Amino acid sequence: MIVTSPAHASPVPGAVAPAVELCGISKRFGETLALDGASFAVQRGQIAALLGENGAGKTTLMQILAGVQAADSGELRLAGQRVELASPRQAIARGVGMVHQHFQLVPTLTVAENILLGAPRPRFLLGRQPLHVEIAALGQRLQLPVDPAARVAELSVGERQRVELLKALWRGARVLILDEPTAVLGPLELGPFFRALRALAASGTAVVLITHKLTEVLAAADVVTVLRRGRTVARDLPIASVDGDRLGRLILGSEETAAATGEAAAAPMTPPAPALAASAPLLRLRRVSAIGQRGERALDDVDLEVWAGEIVGVAGVSGNGQRELAQVIVGLRPALAGRIALAGQEITRLPVRERLARGLGYVPEDRLGDGIAPALSVQHNLALGLFRQPRAPWLLPWRALAQRSAELVAEHDVRLQSLAQAAGQLSGGNVQKLILAREIDARPRLLIAAQPTRGLDLGATAAVRERLCRLAAGGCGVLLISEDLDEILALAQRVVVLFRGRVAGTIDRAAASAEAIGKLMLGRTADLAAAEPV
Amino acid sequence: MNDGGALSFAVNLLAAGVASGTPLLVVTMGEVIAERSGVLNLGLEGLMLVGAMSGVMATLATGSALLGLLAAFAAAALLASLHALACISLRADQVVSGLSLGFLGMGLASVLGAPLVGAQAQLDRFTVRPVPFFSELPVLGPVLFSHNGLTYAALLAAPLIWWMLQRTRPGLHLRAVGENPEAADGLGVDVTAYRYAAVCLGGGLAGVGGAALSLALTPGYVDGMTAGMGWIALGLTIFARWSPLAAVPGALLFGAIRRLPLDVQGLDVGWLANPSSGYFLNMLPYLLVIGVLVAGNLRWQRRGLGAPASLGQPFVRGAQR
Repeated sequence: MIVTSPAHASPVPGAVAPAVELCGISKRFGETLALDGASFAVQRGQIAALLGENGAGKTTLMQILAGVQAADSGELRLAGQRVELASPRQAIARGVGMVHQHFQLVPTLTVAENILLGAPRPRFLLGRQPLHVEIAALGQRLQLPVDPAARVAELSVGERQRVELLKALWRGARVLILDEPTAVLGPLELGPFFRALRALAASGTAVVLITHKLTEVLAAADVVTVLRRGRTVARDLPIASVDGDRLGRLILGSEETAAATGEAAAAPMTPPAPALAASAPLLRLRRVSAIGQRGERALDDVDLEVWAGEIVGVAGVSGNGQRELAQVIVGLRPALAGRIALAGQEITRLPVRERLARGLGYVPEDRLGDGIAPALSVQHNLALGLFRQPRAPWLLPWRALAQRSAELVAEHDVRLQSLAQAAGQLSGGNVQKLILAREIDARPRLLIAAQPTRGLDLGATAAVRERLCRLAAGGCGVLLISEDLDEILALAQRVVVLFRGRVAGTIDRAAASAEAIGKLMLGRTADLAAAEPV
Repeated sequence: MNDGGALSFAVNLLAAGVASGTPLLVVTMGEVIAERSGVLNLGLEGLMLVGAMSGVMATLATGSALLGLLAAFAAAALLASLHALACISLRADQVVSGLSLGFLGMGLASVLGAPLVGAQAQLDRFTVRPVPFFSELPVLGPVLFSHNGLTYAALLAAPLIWWMLQRTRPGLHLRAVGENPEAADGLGVDVTAYRYAAVCLGGGLAGVGGAALSLALTPGYVDGMTAGMGWIALGLTIFARWSPLAAVPGALLFGAIRRLPLDVQGLDVGWLANPSSGYFLNMLPYLLVIGVLVAGNLRWQRRGLGAPASLGQPFVRGAQR
């Protein structure tokens, strides 16, 4: 590690040097300039939000601070001292800890083992009992309760996040970077989480919150820095001095703002009520049960209907059967019991291909893993949808396909360099638009969309939601599985809440409120209050 | 066959299984260590032969089987470091690199070992040393306590390696590197160093396994003397579910089956008199490997106990997954 001489004087004479200061950071990945002279700072005891669209460079900037990536140019100061962090180990030694968006936990190890991994002590023997007690005590003190002996694979997402936080703090992090920490939390988990963050800050930790959710920034942060296309467009704005509109304009840049800010035209997007004249629902599940990945009963006696022209929202805290529900309907997971009918025809035992041929469309939750073949070109990925045609030719008509692909890409506003580009290189929002383009091109009667906007920026989110509404308006049924309650409230006519694989309740949108749904999501009836994380 | 005969037949078979399972056990433990770090090494057969050859060569040169054993470890570890360089630093395909390493090892052993063939007589070796008192015990005595030093060491090493993996910090790091190198790296564990160390140690143990053949079980070097043991050890690693403890019964089972053709020839059973049944029995270990892998995989997959999650995948810091 190279530490140069004490820093130049801090910008404001007499002020305490910030815990972290990044100046003029640039980073290039191949053709893309991810960061272009970006800057950022956070003080001890402060929660600083780093805001920006996907691809604005938020994560890259913080990975540089955490030693995961190396900057091409620019300088990095910790408590006024200029440093170079060539590896995560050096960053940790300097007290910088990062909780990544995709958790960096080893699922087969226990909570304690994950926390001890790479920690400065113990030196050799992992004396288990005393460490377990110590870890549990630290968790209690920091309002981050965990069971040290539990295997991480068995924990809920919220619990895993607590383990990640403890892991960083156990190793003495004084600067804690959180990459999109709330993406995985249910609405009632947010309160305790932000309280824990506040307590951490109060104890002198500098907390960096990477996010693209304006409401969270306004609720939880002290100051906010906004990145746009790799540049810092606003730095250290006190939260009292900004509001949602102003932040929205900063994030998107003034010219694009009108198109996609804020409420994203939620109200007019609502499709008309379904034509009740139709005799049978498009999709009907009767007492469907299924076994999950770990042998548990992931779906238990689920009844569900989706009518033509209707968007039905499926809400629930992550891991309460949503994934299995989508898989069972599509045919990726066998139903243990019960019947599934599509447009009146039973499909319970049909293979996936048959179901798709009968008009099922699927936008999977894991876009890169299940939705596309990342190494294949955009055009090949679009062509993958072709087999649904009853007489798909053995030899693919590449010229016609190229033309059709170009049309689809233009129609769905997928931004790319060329059709020959590997689909995995596109940004998350464009991958999602690509998948939607492929699914919609197959003219589905019923579309299952699992977490369709998770991790997407404002513009792409609005585009995807609008597309779903247009589908429903055109008579397609949509089953919208989402952990974003606002999304469900904005789009769905009916909300089905899953809790531990059972339907905890079905609410009409007219009667739905975030509170009522939130309670059902935790398996509570309307009377029981007292928010407590699961 | 009366009851006493059946018992002594079983005891003999078990004892022989432990003895001839020793090389398998050592090689398997080495592969467990390497695979736990996320690096597959398919070159075990070649590494064993290099170990067997260099063990004999060094023993003849120094007159000490112990020094021969060290030389076997060092030579095989050195050869395995090529695999480490290719797979870890240069990110070559582990299957291709491992297979080439295997053939390189076989060739090297064959060329360098040619002058050693037939030099059994003056060769120092690990002889059978019954443990006082314990070897007098019925059944257990002959099965566990009447072997050469290498067998005892291998049997003791199994729990030791298990303890290292499960209860110590380097072991924890090694497991984490094999399961989720990104996480380990993010916590400051040196993924590259752990993988190098694991591959070299695993390779070295494969060499020791070879030397356990050429310096103890069947003293002297013969071309191709491992007869596929390296391949069986690969299967055994999966059979043992990447646990050094579970490798012990596995190695014993396969060792016993290897000995079966010899032992049953002494029995007076009709169909065994048919000479072709010998071929059938010789084939059994390999058939069993396939059967065990299929059955075991089905069972363990249901329980979610798979291979180390990053097995076979090179690690690049900051690469998108």
